[in-house]
Amino acid sequence: VNVIGKARRRVDARAKVTGQTKFADDLMLPRMVHCKLLRSKVPHAQVVHIDATRALAHPDVLLVLSGRDFPVPYGILPVSQDEQALASDRVRFVGDPVAAVVARDELTAFEALDLIHVEYRPLRTFHDPAESLAHHEPRIHDYGDSGNIHKIVSLAFGDVDAAFAHADHVFEDTFFYQGSTHLPIEQHAAVAARDPDGKLVLWSSTQTPHYVHRALARALAMPAARIRVIATPNGGGFGGKSDPFNHEVVICKAALLLDRPVKICLTREEVFYCHRGRHPVLMHFKTGVKQDGSLTGLQVQTLLDGGAYGSYGVASTFYTGALQTVTYHVPAYRFHGCRVFTNKPPCGPKRGHGTPQSRFGQEIQLDKIAERLAMDPAALRLRIVEQPETLTANYLRVGTIGLAECIRRVTAAADWSAKFRKLSNGRGVGLACSSYLSGAGLPIYWNDMPHSGVQLKLDRSGGVTAFCGATEIGQGSDDVLVACVAEVLGVDPLDVRAVTGDTDLTPVDLGSYSSRVTLMMGNAAIQAAERAREQLAQAVAIKLGVAPNRLVFAARRVFDAEHPDHGVAFSEAVCLAEAMSGTIGTTGSYTPPQSAARFKGGGVGPSPTYSYSAAVVEVRVDLVTGWIEVPRVWIAHDIGRALNPPLVRGQVEGSVYMALGEALMEEQTFRRLPPRLSAALVHKFPSMLEYKSPTTVDMPEVFTELVEHPDPRGPFGAKEVGQGPLLPVMPALANAVYDAVGVRIDEVPITPEKILKALDAKAAGRPARYGPPDFPAIAWPEALAVPPPWEGGDGTAITQRPSALRSNASGDGGRTADDGAQAIIPRKPGEAVPP
Amino acid sequence: MMRLPYFRYHAPRTIEEAADFLARSPDDTMVVAGGTDLLPNMKRRQQVPTTLIGLRNVTGLRQIRHDDGARIGAGVTLAALVRDARVRAGYPGLWQAAAQVATPQLRNMGTIGGNLCLDTRCNYYNQNHEWRKAIDFCMKKDGVICWVAPSSRQCLAISSADTVPALIALGASITLTSAQGTRTIPLVALYRNDGIHHLTRQPGEILTAVHLPHAVGWRSSYWKLRRRGAFDFPVLGVAAAIKLAANGTIEAARVVLGAVASRPLDVSAAVRPLVGQPLTDEVIAAAAEAAARPARPMDNTDFALHWRKRVTREFVSYALRELRGDDMADLRRRVARQLVL
Repeated sequence: VNVIGKARRRVDARAKVTGQTKFADDLMLPRMVHCKLLRSKVPHAQVVHIDATRALAHPDVLLVLSGRDFPVPYGILPVSQDEQALASDRVRFVGDPVAAVVARDELTAFEALDLIHVEYRPLRTFHDPAESLAHHEPRIHDYGDSGNIHKIVSLAFGDVDAAFAHADHVFEDTFFYQGSTHLPIEQHAAVAARDPDGKLVLWSSTQTPHYVHRALARALAMPAARIRVIATPNGGGFGGKSDPFNHEVVICKAALLLDRPVKICLTREEVFYCHRGRHPVLMHFKTGVKQDGSLTGLQVQTLLDGGAYGSYGVASTFYTGALQTVTYHVPAYRFHGCRVFTNKPPCGPKRGHGTPQSRFGQEIQLDKIAERLAMDPAALRLRIVEQPETLTANYLRVGTIGLAECIRRVTAAADWSAKFRKLSNGRGVGLACSSYLSGAGLPIYWNDMPHSGVQLKLDRSGGVTAFCGATEIGQGSDDVLVACVAEVLGVDPLDVRAVTGDTDLTPVDLGSYSSRVTLMMGNAAIQAAERAREQLAQAVAIKLGVAPNRLVFAARRVFDAEHPDHGVAFSEAVCLAEAMSGTIGTTGSYTPPQSAARFKGGGVGPSPTYSYSAAVVEVRVDLVTGWIEVPRVWIAHDIGRALNPPLVRGQVEGSVYMALGEALMEEQTFRRLPPRLSAALVHKFPSMLEYKSPTTVDMPEVFTELVEHPDPRGPFGAKEVGQGPLLPVMPALANAVYDAVGVRIDEVPITPEKILKALDAKAAGRPARYGPPDFPAIAWPEALAVPPPWEGGDGTAITQRPSALRSNASGDGGRTADDGAQAIIPRKPGEAVPP
Repeated sequence: MMRLPYFRYHAPRTIEEAADFLARSPDDTMVVAGGTDLLPNMKRRQQVPTTLIGLRNVTGLRQIRHDDGARIGAGVTLAALVRDARVRAGYPGLWQAAAQVATPQLRNMGTIGGNLCLDTRCNYYNQNHEWRKAIDFCMKKDGVICWVAPSSRQCLAISSADTVPALIALGASITLTSAQGTRTIPLVALYRNDGIHHLTRQPGEILTAVHLPHAVGWRSSYWKLRRRGAFDFPVLGVAAAIKLAANGTIEAARVVLGAVASRPLDVSAAVRPLVGQPLTDEVIAAAAEAAARPARPMDNTDFALHWRKRVTREFVSYALRELRGDDMADLRRRVARQLVL
C-alpha cells in the first residue's frame, strides 16, 4: 500500500487552515436578502392569530411567512412526519418557529420580528417524563402510541426470568443520563436561491443533503428533480445537523416567492432550540450473573425524554436497547423502552445515538458486579466479551472483535493493576468498554438501493475526480474518499479531486451519520476505482504485451510486476484506455448485508461490523469540596485498520473531549418559573458561556492506542471511529470516582456537588451513592418474543400481534401494539406517513 | 448571528472632550473601552445606549505608573496589567485575579476600568431579547419582577468582576472625571448592593484611574471558583491581604468576597480577631468560618448554591494558607486548571 495507513495531510487541510473553506455563512450572492425566524415565547399553546401588518409595512421588509404557507408536514423518519416549517396551529416549546421575516438586512429582519403580534391560547405544559406519563391530555401530538407517549416497545430474546432464577446473583440498578447538546462551533446556516434555469438551490450546513432533498420536495410540494441541495462543509455536526430543519424549508420558500437569494444564519440560542441532542434517559438494569462472572440474562428498561418532536426518536428509543449484546455475551435479553413528548426542544441523534446512556448504566453495573464477585473489572470483562463472527441474542451479526486486545492494551498502558484499588484516598482509576456500529444497516426510509454511490471520472491529464454524496463535516470524509481511490489507482491523493455532498452532481450517499461514511463510501469508492483500474489494465496490457493481472498501479505508474521498469505513466494509461473504450468513467456502490433480524424493531442495531473501545480514566477528587480533576485518560480503539492514522487519533481524542463534557458538566436543562407567576419553561442557558463544555485547558492528557485487525467488511479493513470512542469514557470516569472516594455517582454530569452529597450520605451511614432513586412503573406492552439463535430462532417473532395485554400493578394496561416502527422493520415498505 | 443595534459613536482624544460628550446626554450614552462586556450586552439588548463614547484614543488612560504605590490608567488592558512585572511582584492578588479573567483574547481587549464597571450578572438577565421575552423580562431590564427571588424588591444580579475584590483588599481608590471636575474615592465606595444601581458613579462620570497604596509588608492572594479553566466569570472570588508584624503575627488583614452579592462583600470585620495572632491552622479555620458566614449565594449563576456556600470557607482558607506561605501550587493548578502563580 502507498496511501492507506500512512500519516498524511488531509486533502482539505490547506483550505481549512488558510481560511479558504467556504462555510454556508460565507456565501454572498447578488441581491441576497436575509431571513429571521420568530420563535414561540410560550412553551405550549394554540396559535390563535398572527398579525404581521406592522412588519409588512416596514419599507425594508420584503416578506412575512407563517404556518399557513407550509401546509405539508415533514420529519426525518417516515413514521414521524410531525414538523411544520412554521407552526400553523400549535407551538410546542419555547423556540418553536411561528413566523419568518425576510428583509434587506439581518438587523432589519431581527427588529421586524417585534412588529409581529402572535396571540396564543396556552395549554398545559409538560416539563419532564413523569408529567407526560401522568397526563394523557392535552396531547402534544395527535399521533404516537398513546397520550403523550411517543413510542413504547418491549422485546424479549429468550427466557430472561428463568435466566435470573438460575443466576448466582441478580443486580438491579437505576441510572440517569442527562441530556446534552452537540455544540458545533458553526451555527446552522443556509442560503437558498433559484438558479438561472429556475430550479431551487439550497446550500446548507447539513450532514444529510439527501434527506433534506427529500424533505424539501415533500414540504414544498415540488418535484425533487427541480431541487438541488449542496451540503457546505460543516463546522462540526455531531448529529445536530442530520434532520431537515425549519429554516431550510422557510428560506427555500422565500427564495421561490421573492426570486432572490435568501440567507439565514442561526444564533447560538437558536442552535440550542434546533437541538436534536442527547436524550435524557432514566434507566433500570437488571442483570443475572454466575459466580464466575458470566452473564445469565439482562433486562434493560429506558425512559427517554424526547422533547417536542419525533426527530429520530423512534430509532433513538430502540438504540438504548440495541448494542448491549454486541459487547458482552448475553444469553437471554429483554428490553423495554419508552419515549415521551415534553415541551422542550426535540432530542435526537448525538454522537453515539441512544447508546451512551445505556452504556453508562451497563458499565457501572459491571463495576459493581466485579466488586461483589471480588473480580478485577478488566478480568470480568475479558471473561464475558462477545465472540467474533457471531449472531447475538437480538440477531445482530458481529464481525471482528478487538475488544479483548483493547482491554489488555489500555490496562497495560495505564498500569492498571498497580493502580486499581491501590491509589491513595482521593485518587482513583476506572475502566469501561463499548461498541458501536460501523454504519446503520438500514436507511431512514425503506428502499432496496445502495447506501452509498461513488462515480469516477478519469482525465487524460492523469487527474481523477471522485463524486460522492457524502458530506464533509470535519471528520475527514473527503480524505477517505480520495485515499481509497488513490490507493487503488496508484496515484497521489493530491491528484484526486473530491466533489461531494451535492444532490445534482453526486450519486447518493445517505449522509454523515451512524458512523457509516468510511465503511460504505469507502467500499463504493474501492469498487469504482477497481472498475477503472480494470479498464486501464486492459489497455495497458495490450500496449506492454503483458497479462492485465500482472500490472501494478503505483507511484503514478502502471507497470509489469515482474519488470517494474516496463510500464507507462498513469496519465498515459488513461489515454490508452480512453482510445480503446471511450471516455473513462466508472461507478461503485455499497449496500449493507441483509440483517438477520426479522422482527419489528429489528431494523435498529444491525451494521456491517462493529467497532470496540476500552478506556481507563484517572481522577483526583477533593474530599472536602468534591472538586474533581481528570489528569489522564487512556483509550484503546479497535479501528480494524487506520486509513489515515492522525485522523483516527483526532476522532478518538475528540470523542474523549466530548465525553468528558458529558461526564463532568454538560446539561441541556430547563427552568420552569413559579407556576403561580408564570407559565414559562425555558432553556436554562442557551449560550456557549453558561452551557458549560470543557475548554482546552480542561483537557487531560490522552493516550491513544489503535488496535488494528483488518475487518474484511471494511474498506482496506477499516471500521468506524467517529462515535465509538466516546462511549466508555463517562462510565470509566464514574467508576474511577468510586475507586477514588468510595461513592457511586449513578448519573451524569458528575459534579462536585453530587460527589459531596454522596460523601455526606456515606458519612451518615446511608448508601454511598448519588443517583435516581427508582424507575417509574410503566405499563409495558406484552414483549415481542424472539427466540435467540441458540434456541432455534430464525430472527422472527413468535408473538406477532399480542392481543392479551399484561396488566401492570400501577398502570392500567390497555395499550395496544403499534405500527410505529414501519421504517425500521426490515423488508417492509413504508413510505412517509403523515400524522 | 446577533446584530448590534444602531448607535452613534464618538471617539474623543482627551478625557475632557469625552466628559463633555457624556454630559450632553448622560442617560442614554455609555463609554466603551474594550467592549467585551458592553457590546455583547448590546447585541442581547440588555444595555441599549443610543450613543457610545470610545475611550481608545483618549491619551493618558493606558499607562501604569509606579511611584509610592501604583496608578493604573483605566484603559490599561488586563493583558497589559498581567504583563507588568511590578504589578506581579507587588500586588500578587491583583495579578492572580487579572490573569484569570475570561480568556487571553478577551484580556487583550478588556480593560481594568471596564472590569471595575462590569455590569452585574444573572442567569435571568444575561440572555438574549427573545429569551427574556419568554419570561416576561425581569426587573433589571424591561420587567418588574426578580425571578431569583420573586418576593425581593431589589434586583439580585451578582457582582462578577475578578479584579474588584482583589483591588479592594489591596486598599485601592479610583478617580472619576466628569465635566464638573474629578474626585477620588475608595474603590469599595463605588459599589452598592443593588443589582440595577450597582455603581455609585454619577451618570456624567468616567472612571479614569485606579490607585494602589504602597504594598510594602503586604501579602495578597486571590482565589477564583469557576467550572472551567477559562471563559467563566467567577461564581466565587476570594481576595485576601495581610500585613505581618516582625514577630509573625498579623498586623492587619482584609478579606473581600466576590460573586456572592450585588456588590463586592468586604468581610474584613469578620477577620479582625486575626490581628495580633499568628496564622495557625486553628486561626485560619476560625477566620474562614467567620469570613464565609455573610456570603449569601443565590440561584442565579453556575453550581448549586448550597455547595457554593459550603466551599466559601474552604476558598477563604486557601487564600489565607497561601498568604502564610504554604505551597498551594498543586491545589491552585487543580482549581484553576492552569498555572496561576
